[in-house]
Amino acid sequence: MKESKLLAKDKDIVTPGETIAEGMDFFPGIGTYRYEDRILANQTGLLHVEGKVLKTTPLAGRYLPAKNDVVIGRVSDILMSGWRIDINSPYSSVLPLKDATFDFIKKGADLTEYFSLEDYVVCKITQVTSQNLIDVSMKGPGLRKLRGGQFILVNAAKVPRIIGRQGSMVSMVKKGTGCQIAVGQNGIVWISGEPTSEIIAVEAVRKIEREAHVSGLTDNMKKFLEERTGTKLDLEQIKREAEAESAAAEQPRFQSRPPREESFQEDK
Amino acid sequence: MSSDLKYEKRHDGRDWLETRPIEAKAGVIKKADGSGYFKIGKTEAYAAVYGPREMHPKFLQNPKGGVLRCNYNMMPFSGAGERVRPGPSRRSKEISMVTDKSLVPVVNLDDFPNAVVDVYIELPQTDAGSRCAGICAAAIALADAGIQMKDMVAAISVGKVGDKLMVDLDYEEEAWGEHSGLVADIPVAMVPSTGEITLLQMDGKITKEDLLKAIEQARPVFEKIAEVQRQAIKDKFARWARGEE
Amino acid sequence: MTYTSKEHIISSLKKGVRLDGRKPYEFRPVSIVTGTISTAEGSAVVRCGDTEVIAGVKMAIGKPYPDRPNSGTLSVNAELLPISNPAFESGPPSTVSIELARVIDRGVRESKTIDESALCVTPGEAVWMVNVDLCPLNTDGNLIDVGALAAIAALKNTRFPKYEGGQVDYKTKTDKQLPVGIIPIPVTIVKVGDVILVDPTADEFEVADARLTVTTEEDGTICSLQKGGEAPLSLDEVGQMIDLATAQAKELRAILVKAL
Repeated sequence: MKESKLLAKDKDIVTPGETIAEGMDFFPGIGTYRYEDRILANQTGLLHVEGKVLKTTPLAGRYLPAKNDVVIGRVSDILMSGWRIDINSPYSSVLPLKDATFDFIKKGADLTEYFSLEDYVVCKITQVTSQNLIDVSMKGPGLRKLRGGQFILVNAAKVPRIIGRQGSMVSMVKKGTGCQIAVGQNGIVWISGEPTSEIIAVEAVRKIEREAHVSGLTDNMKKFLEERTGTKLDLEQIKREAEAESAAAEQPRFQSRPPREESFQEDK
Repeated sequence: MSSDLKYEKRHDGRDWLETRPIEAKAGVIKKADGSGYFKIGKTEAYAAVYGPREMHPKFLQNPKGGVLRCNYNMMPFSGAGERVRPGPSRRSKEISMVTDKSLVPVVNLDDFPNAVVDVYIELPQTDAGSRCAGICAAAIALADAGIQMKDMVAAISVGKVGDKLMVDLDYEEEAWGEHSGLVADIPVAMVPSTGEITLLQMDGKITKEDLLKAIEQARPVFEKIAEVQRQAIKDKFARWARGEE
Repeated sequence: MTYTSKEHIISSLKKGVRLDGRKPYEFRPVSIVTGTISTAEGSAVVRCGDTEVIAGVKMAIGKPYPDRPNSGTLSVNAELLPISNPAFESGPPSTVSIELARVIDRGVRESKTIDESALCVTPGEAVWMVNVDLCPLNTDGNLIDVGALAAIAALKNTRFPKYEGGQVDYKTKTDKQLPVGIIPIPVTIVKVGDVILVDPTADEFEVADARLTVTTEEDGTICSLQKGGEAPLSLDEVGQMIDLATAQAKELRAILVKAL
């Protein structure tokens, strides 16, 4: 039998159809498959060599709704018994009356008193059917209407990196710019602060999005923010605060599905 | 068929299995979910992917999975002759359809029922091989958009001019001995890892033996094109890592 | 589809800051490259921020209009290609793309950029018909200004194809250039809330209450105007917009001349 051979390195970018390994000693994971005696990539992604298992983290792709994801959505229509929420995915979602508020809503009430068109909300996905009919809820810690600020779209595949480990990356941008920031799992990012600070925060988020695959990003971002804002950042302190914040459950837990978040980290 | 008409040497000095110079890029259309650029000789194609997104009109939705929808268009000034009237023509509709069929076999949209992935292909200038360039650009764009694909799709024309089998005929070669039946131009798209053929058309005449031989001997060319396509995506990430556009 | 609200754009503008960090009267960097397309008689690619427009010129021989037997024709066309923006759809041209083409077309026509009598081959029989097509590849606002620069640059880049025995030989370009005289430069000024901006991005364009495109010639003569948007403008505002457009046109003209 032919000797097995790895043709790409850990953290390499691999592309569809690319041969990652030859021989039968390796096993395909997420983002890879076996063809004859080779392992090929079936999506553009960052390669992870975990022993004999070869898998990838996607570097692009539309948001595919999943239960328990916290997303940012926009009210796009008012229905008989709820609201339609656009969540930047191929599928819109419905916020049913019963999940909109802890208040009692009387029959025939004017629903725009609660949420009107073009309102933005942080909501949580409660149900996804096989055909991707989606329900969201506003009942939960941190789920709320967003007022003011601007919204930018980022690639949903980069969200774990923007959030960072236990929220450390986004905390650093918040700290550096003084802006309030919320990151939806669906790639909508809300940024609110002084106009000039918002510009830096937007640039920072865009930079993380584009350089998500780069090693040493945390340090690069620290440098970038310090240069742009002129204030020093204490990474250790930010990390501690982010951990404390994510442990205290009254804040929205913008956490990604664990395997994806971990897989982006170069500095474990 | 007269056999004494010989095509001794390619007019531009290429070897029989040599393509015109190729240039490829990814991430060229800012607002797209993925995009690609593929230039071969003087034929130039841009492709952008939007989606998976909501499918309109609704009756085209497929509850079993996402739908790929390709649209091939020549810019009005892209033809060698007169201005091409804007808007779909019979030709562009047919090419859109065969482009679609050439890419569908590698793409997996099972996770996106009722949704559509739109692929828009635009050609600013053409000099033979425009559908193949469009397919190559589209495959880059799909991979760049993070669509699940078991492989790239590489496309190039193979064919026969006079007594010689070759790849990547240009306009002059297509025109060589026109009406004499001595030219065959055969656009082919291939899944490089398996050798499966996903596009096969022909203008001209050829024997079965020559056809099979022309495709078989071009196998390494398809693999080379796929490498260029993959490198285009890697180059984009390298560019981004350096902080460039 | 934009996710950023008008209120937010306005509240930021009130503090003198645009969402991309520019000052109200600041243009994005403009780059112009000509002669990129071999199949066109003339071509140019103009970039301005994330807006990128390809312009190509095609020429053909046709019969002149009976009332103007000595004049060739020049027309500018534009298509908002769906490749450039998720909001654009395939199909017949939208009113936006028709307006885009017509505003640029009018500027070029009214300034008599091209002496149409120089396009005559045989009076009453054969004249050159010049078509400029604008194809945006990337769109982030201000398509009129960027499109016009591309159209003018492409016209300046154009070489007549060979015409012999009633046939146009597109493969052979002659040295003969189009008689491009006066160069018109349109500049679009928008009003968002009560703030006035030049070179609007797509978001700014979308939330603008009113806009005015002012096309000027080198000496400051206004050769075309187009007001858009729902809000009315006072005469003072019109005056202010014309001043701004004229000043901006000077800078764009300098960039254009340098590129040609």
